[in-house]
Amino acid sequence: MKHTDFETTYKSTWCPGCGNHAIALSMRQALAELNLKPDNVLINYGIGCSSNGANFSKSYVWHSLHGRPVPSAVGAKLANQDLTVLASSGDGDAYGEGLGHLIHAIRGNADITYIVQDNKVYGLTTGQAAPTSNKGYKAKSTPEGIIEKAVNPIGLALANGCTFVARGFAGDASHLKSLIMAGIQHKGFAFIDVFQPCVTFNKVNTFKFYYDRLYNLDKKKDYNNKDLQTALKQSQVWGNKIPYGIFYQGKRDVYGVNLPQLKGQALVKKPVKVRDINNLMKVFA
Amino acid sequence: MKTRNNLSWKIGGEAGFGIKSAGMMFGKIFMKAGYEIFDYTEYPSLIRGGHNTFHLIVDTEPVNSITYHVDVLVALNQESIDKHFDEVAHGGVIIYDNAKAKLSPAKAKSKKINALGLPLGHLAEQAGNKLMRNVVSIGATLALVDQNLVIANRVVKSNFAGKGQKVVDQNIKALKLGFDYVKKDYKKDFICCLKTIKANDNILISANESLALGALAAGLNFYVAYPMTPSSSILHFLASVAVKTGTVVKHAEDEIGVINMALGAANAGARAMVGTSGGGIALMTESLGLAALTETGVVMVNVQRVGPATGMPTWTEQGDLQFMIHAAPADFPRIVIAPGDAQEAYNVGAHAMNLAEMYQTPVIIISDKLIAEGNTTVPKFSTKNIKINRGKLLKQAQLSKIKDYRRYKLSADGISPRSIPGMKGGLYIANSDEHDGYGFSNEDSKNRIDQVHKRQAKLDTFAKTMPQPEIYGNPKAKKTVIFWGSNKGVLLDAYRRLDKKQQQKIKIMQIKYIWPFPTKFVSNVLKNSKNVLLIENNSNGQLGNLIAQETGIMIKNKFLKYDGRPFYREEIIQKLKQF
Repeated sequence: MKHTDFETTYKSTWCPGCGNHAIALSMRQALAELNLKPDNVLINYGIGCSSNGANFSKSYVWHSLHGRPVPSAVGAKLANQDLTVLASSGDGDAYGEGLGHLIHAIRGNADITYIVQDNKVYGLTTGQAAPTSNKGYKAKSTPEGIIEKAVNPIGLALANGCTFVARGFAGDASHLKSLIMAGIQHKGFAFIDVFQPCVTFNKVNTFKFYYDRLYNLDKKKDYNNKDLQTALKQSQVWGNKIPYGIFYQGKRDVYGVNLPQLKGQALVKKPVKVRDINNLMKVFA
Repeated sequence: MKTRNNLSWKIGGEAGFGIKSAGMMFGKIFMKAGYEIFDYTEYPSLIRGGHNTFHLIVDTEPVNSITYHVDVLVALNQESIDKHFDEVAHGGVIIYDNAKAKLSPAKAKSKKINALGLPLGHLAEQAGNKLMRNVVSIGATLALVDQNLVIANRVVKSNFAGKGQKVVDQNIKALKLGFDYVKKDYKKDFICCLKTIKANDNILISANESLALGALAAGLNFYVAYPMTPSSSILHFLASVAVKTGTVVKHAEDEIGVINMALGAANAGARAMVGTSGGGIALMTESLGLAALTETGVVMVNVQRVGPATGMPTWTEQGDLQFMIHAAPADFPRIVIAPGDAQEAYNVGAHAMNLAEMYQTPVIIISDKLIAEGNTTVPKFSTKNIKINRGKLLKQAQLSKIKDYRRYKLSADGISPRSIPGMKGGLYIANSDEHDGYGFSNEDSKNRIDQVHKRQAKLDTFAKTMPQPEIYGNPKAKKTVIFWGSNKGVLLDAYRRLDKKQQQKIKIMQIKYIWPFPTKFVSNVLKNSKNVLLIENNSNGQLGNLIAQETGIMIKNKFLKYDGRPFYREEIIQKLKQF
């Protein structure tokens, strides 16, 4: 498959230079290189600039409400385990409106890949502070600087037992593609937080900001991404140096895989028939 | 010695005394003997302490309501006597634990009440466990109404089978000690005796469980919920049969997760249902609109309780009707159905599964605590009349023939052929943005109007074939009583107890398929009525408001109850007599 097989003709609505372009391309390239068929891929989007990518994705698409791409992805995967199910949204969806869903999907280890396009700002609503904005960040809703400390998505995912935790960067698209491929191939909940500079509203976390600070864990020979303690330590690193790459990959039963009702055949592939309920009424007799 | 056709029995005590367990066994014993049952529990939202009652009507005729009066009150503590003395009928019986409660002979005598102070605790201990006072009192009641212990032993045995032979034996002994005590010491000069009746093949079931069975019969394969009284027994029952029926049953993190999981599954091709109470629906409300805009068929069950906010979470009310019809921003099609009893809950549960897929829009079933937790006897449900209809869901061969497939293609009936993820050539965006035929976001004026009309057309299509309101009583009568939902039981029970002449003057209209509103039918009925009486369990007369909204006709004569209790049969009989 070619990455263009996963692209519609809908005209992009992203700003020139926006990190979303590279992330969307990396997603398409990952799907193509894994030789997946658009008919068999379902991408669940949230609401925001990044999720407007729903219109550019040539696959089955569920463009949900703000904060809700993850539970709909979990439901779809339970209903049809044969689909490759992805979720993609911004940091407002993931860590603001939908934070609860994220933690519970991590607990369950549903076999979906969640790509969070983390620009540390609310782009679509004209630049308010996001849950990942650094403390002191000034924006329309926080003109004196945001008081809260930023959410730590990597630390949060690790602490709650996520089995695949990675950080990507829109400025390193080929690496991001490999992360997404690894995430899709991972059996379980793959969580990828992606630094995505917002060229219009975020004047702090620019491409240069990241180029000056990022170091790639995947290229560190002595980094063991099977060790949770090491990963937790790396998740706390923030400042002049910031790590990206795969922080941690572990193994745990995939959600639903042990359910007898899902063994053998996807739920929706079993014919819908009138069910004999005679035995079910015995407890009421 | 007088025979009687019915018995109103109530047991009261603290949570943890086995009140509900006793009530359930008592009901099963009489059901198996062939009697009709309706039961009703009152309990606060806590696990230990508080005051709990289980009220059970045994009748030789079908029964679907509770009475205010109680023939036999079993009081496991003093509070049960103090709180319910007034309900005990003239000449009735109070069985109480003489070590835990007192009843002055003078007070009992004032209503000719037979005060049976029994050593319930002592007898229970003698049987092996002092907790079995509830079972001792069942034995005592059975002796009072001249039943034997054959069926009771069987019921007790199966009830405790999971707890081992020792527990079974102890309970059977407790039953016998209570029974023998009354047989020996009390003459059959009161209450006695229930008319004997032929055994039948009925089941004793709540509307929650009936609804779940109906949905299962019609192919439900995905149920998600977050526990919320009084809807939880749907979740519990479905979870208990999930593996057996191949159904995915998921207790999700919160109600917003619940509805979005269900929508994800429904969009992927599952027959999905969610269940909750009003507060849970409030949390799901934004996603209700998402279901409508993406044209995803899903069944949502609202088992109402007393609100707003936490309200009185374990009590009954019908306060959410207008909410269900209007919930979520903007206009969109939805179907709202209100079953009135267990049999209707079964039928509606099955029908809703089809409607959600046929009309590709949310279908809301609204019931309430009274029938959702109360059990009633019904003939075993049949699947004979159930057929699966998946509407315009495409088969791969059909989809392959379509060039330029558009999921939201305009059509006269408003319903578009539907592909599901995984099918070849059916790609589309299920889009929460307004969209064009392919699902692409589109804010053009014409497209918006076309899509709004298309979605509305689905409801108009359904309105042409939807079931119309039910009429009971004399269809030509000029006095009309109007109700929805669980008041069916008490209204019809009361109506049957009117004399022929009174019955002739009244017809009763039940609006079961409430939305789209059956405007023409209801208008005609109202225009041909001289007197109209509206009966609802809420403080505003919400069905009345809806009727006014849709027909322009205001109903002034309203009988409303909103104290958390259902209407007692006596109240409705009196009201109908005055009407």
